Amino acid sequence: MDLFRVFDIAGSGMGAQSIRLNATASNLANINSVSGDPEQVYRARHPMFETIMQGFGDEASAGVRVLGVVEDATAPQPVYEPGHPEANEAGYIYRGNVDLASEMTNMISASRAYQNNVEILNTSKDLMLRTLSLGSQ
Amino acid sequence: MSFSLDNYFGIHQQSLSLRSQRNTVIANNLANADTPGFKARDYDFKALLAQAGSQVPGGDQVRVTHSRHLGGSDGPGAPGPLLYRVPMQPAQDGNTVEQDREQAAFAENSVRYQASLQFLNSRIQSMVNVLKGGNN
Repeated sequence: MDLFRVFDIAGSGMGAQSIRLNATASNLANINSVSGDPEQVYRARHPMFETIMQGFGDEASAGVRVLGVVEDATAPQPVYEPGHPEANEAGYIYRGNVDLASEMTNMISASRAYQNNVEILNTSKDLMLRTLSLGSQ
Repeated sequence: MSFSLDNYFGIHQQSLSLRSQRNTVIANNLANADTPGFKARDYDFKALLAQAGSQVPGGDQVRVTHSRHLGGSDGPGAPGPLLYRVPMQPAQDGNTVEQDREQAAFAENSVRYQASLQFLNSRIQSMVNVLKGGNN
């Protein structure tokens, strides 16, 4: 009986979305990070989601997991600021490649999806409790 | 006169098990709402329930009348084929989960689950009533 699988599934969804929220928080916190070396500057991080495949057949998929966190490959932006203590010999500093607008939409999407999973969990719990009390006065 | 519990509870026991499986499928869809390439799935519930109903004793049964006939499904409440939902607005990354539709399906499914529970409950209540002879 796989009655309790719905808890695992919703739990995996909540876990994945909270990792996404964490990555967004990290990106937003580092939105103003600069460095004189383009290799050292902060790069936006994005988690990659993957469906968990369990067994074979029609009901193979059971939840979601984070495959890994990848760094954004967009080149960091050079800014000419010769007075900056981090500036290199040419007078440039490099800004991280965090995109504020996309981070905000990511955050909204992640929190909505998290709420969805919580809702599923709550409703399933209620249904199960009612099933347990089946036949009682 | 013979009395069968299977007949007494009717289709609602099959319905409960199918509904809970469908809840799992929809939960999986919503958990994968942001997974690239994930395809939303669902059961064709009407067909499944009709099939389960045909297996209820006394119902309109399909019988094997020849040794070379193929069997039906594995039994009452066995999961049927999982189908793919046809998306109205598929995402660019190949994901076909539409959160509002899934939420609506989940709400509908859990209300119907509760309805089946209610039916079963009142059946049990009336049986207890009969057993007690009407005095509680």
